[in-house]
Amino acid sequence: MSLIGNDILAGKGDFYSRNFQPTPREDTLILNMGPQHPSTHGVLRVMLEIDGEYIIRAEPVIGYVHRMQEKMGERLDYNQYLPNMARVDYLHPLAWNWAFVGAAEKLMGMQVPERAEYIRIITCELNRISSHLLWWGTYLLDLGAFTPILYAFADREKLADILQRITGSRLTFSLYQIGGCKADMDDRFIRETKEFIEYMRSRFPMYKDLVTDNLILRKRVEGIGGITREECRKYGASGPVVRASGIDYDVRRAEPYSVYDRFEFDCPVYEDGDALARYLVRMQEMEQSLKIIEQALKQLPDGEIMAPKVPKKPKPPAGEVYHAVEGGRGKVGVCLISDGSPVPYRVKLRSPSYSNLSLFPSIAGGTLLADAISILGSLDLIVPEIDR
Amino acid sequence: MSEITLNIIRIWAGLFIILSFVSVNAIVLVYLERKVAGHIQRRPGPFEVGPHGILQPFADAVKLLGKQLITPCYADAILYWAAPILSFAPVAVCFLPIPAGPDTRVMDINVGVILILAFSGLNVLALCLAGWGSQNKWSLLGAARNIAQSVGYEIPLLLSVMPILMLTGSLDLNTITQNQGVWPWEWYVFKQPLAFIIFFVCALAETNRAPFDLPEAESELTAGFHTEYSGMGFGLFFMSEYTYMIVVCSMTALLFLGGWQGPLAPGWWWFVPKVYGLLLIMMWIRWTFPRVRFDQLLNVSWKWLIPASLLNLLATALVISLCS
Repeated sequence: MSLIGNDILAGKGDFYSRNFQPTPREDTLILNMGPQHPSTHGVLRVMLEIDGEYIIRAEPVIGYVHRMQEKMGERLDYNQYLPNMARVDYLHPLAWNWAFVGAAEKLMGMQVPERAEYIRIITCELNRISSHLLWWGTYLLDLGAFTPILYAFADREKLADILQRITGSRLTFSLYQIGGCKADMDDRFIRETKEFIEYMRSRFPMYKDLVTDNLILRKRVEGIGGITREECRKYGASGPVVRASGIDYDVRRAEPYSVYDRFEFDCPVYEDGDALARYLVRMQEMEQSLKIIEQALKQLPDGEIMAPKVPKKPKPPAGEVYHAVEGGRGKVGVCLISDGSPVPYRVKLRSPSYSNLSLFPSIAGGTLLADAISILGSLDLIVPEIDR
Repeated sequence: MSEITLNIIRIWAGLFIILSFVSVNAIVLVYLERKVAGHIQRRPGPFEVGPHGILQPFADAVKLLGKQLITPCYADAILYWAAPILSFAPVAVCFLPIPAGPDTRVMDINVGVILILAFSGLNVLALCLAGWGSQNKWSLLGAARNIAQSVGYEIPLLLSVMPILMLTGSLDLNTITQNQGVWPWEWYVFKQPLAFIIFFVCALAETNRAPFDLPEAESELTAGFHTEYSGMGFGLFFMSEYTYMIVVCSMTALLFLGGWQGPLAPGWWWFVPKVYGLLLIMMWIRWTFPRVRFDQLLNVSWKWLIPASLLNLLATALVISLCS
């Protein structure tokens, strides 16, 4: 093995390859999974020490798409910085949008009009469905099934069309503003959303038959990558990952924000903590999101969508505030520190993918390479969100 | 001219025809696969190059031929470039004993089954060389997977052919076909359903088709053993994969589905639709199922297929000895 492995490449590579400390065993292979690997979804890099196909040690190397999002927050004023939030997590941008405007509103003690809250909930939940659909497609792609991703994208396309009507973009949505929303829903948006709910509900039974109940898929996800409650707590994981491990923690329930307390919905919780549980949690969350949207459309009040007298250049009073919302991947939090100037003194983004990735080394040890990919996929990581 | 000279001329001409057939078939299959995949995935597939995209495979071929052939800097150049050739060359031989019709075959050989199985086994060696010669860890893992997979699945493959050989008492593919009657219920698939299933599963595994495409699992090993190959290096692996698909589908058709036998007029017009039907099933499977895991793959072979095929063999032997 020395021919291919560690001799001819000695002294080459980057800081991480040179300083990777393998276990004392002689017969292992050090392998770079990523930053260019089809299953790391972007530029995540995981250094693996493998024995045959069994992983002995896995070490994520992050920072390949570090864009200084937090530093940018210290240079731009609140409204200038807001569209950046959509770039942090490009799959669930509205959650980040919401976390930031929520924090700023908290800081300014601002009350958002009721209609704006409903618009926020409807669009954020639609966005959650599109995020979970994309996860579903790419996860199955990781497991070697090519077809589901195209079905997921066909459904997601409808969502992109709907959200495009109100936000004006198809990927990095930016709809919310400090004090409300930029645009109101029109009749066509409401009609199309209602049609989409019916359509999406008719799709789930097919996905269950074709994919979820598939024997090969079950064998690939059942009992793989078990995470215990303690590990989840230790690493600060959140979102579907902890709900699959038996922790009933959903920000929408635990720290209710906006008007989520007016809706009937379940937060699916599974005890197993394996990849299958995470899979099922996400599949059921999509159905619950549809339920929330349906109720929100029924209760939709009339009125303004912006709070009165929102300054063009907000100047919040000095103070420190933290606001968290439930994103597609978990708890999306923004900590804002203001010194009273129009530019935040400090912006701290708490990304769920970062905490969820921290779980990976401890659960990947001892698994097969193919399982590690299944685990990595089941954590639903967004690399730009990890690196920020 | 002596008979030997005639025979040699016949084999050379046959090989020439086979190679043209293989190349044309690869083009047809590439188009078919992309169209089938497209329609399974709710999209039309290639549509731009020519009407309904029928010129797409030619565009692909031109692109592959035009690519620069890159040898990785630490690669063993001889092994590295021998591998794709070794992978493709033996395939042609596999076609020699295949009878497409009652009189349509290149070589009259009475051990045709053995010849095909022996030469198709060479593919493993080629993929192993490709994995080793590339000096790439992913390629090496792909090659290791491929060897374990081939060894594991060659055994049930052979064991599922055995009952057919016992039923006919011949290794000649033409005799095997002739022993099966004209009507579908006389074909061996109804006498040996278990052997048919085992054979087809093993055929999928031997040709590295999904859900058993572990040696090249792109989401796990980037591209497995052909990670480093560019241009026609990759193209040859690709062609050999498609050609092996035709070989195993022809074998399945000959051994279990009556080959060129069919109602009314037996001939190649019965053989070709059967082969293409099986190919379509293989494509259907590929675009439907997720990939199995490596240990599961080997478990299926060693724990289920081998015992099942052994039992099937024993049962067949018992029935034959009791009936005679």
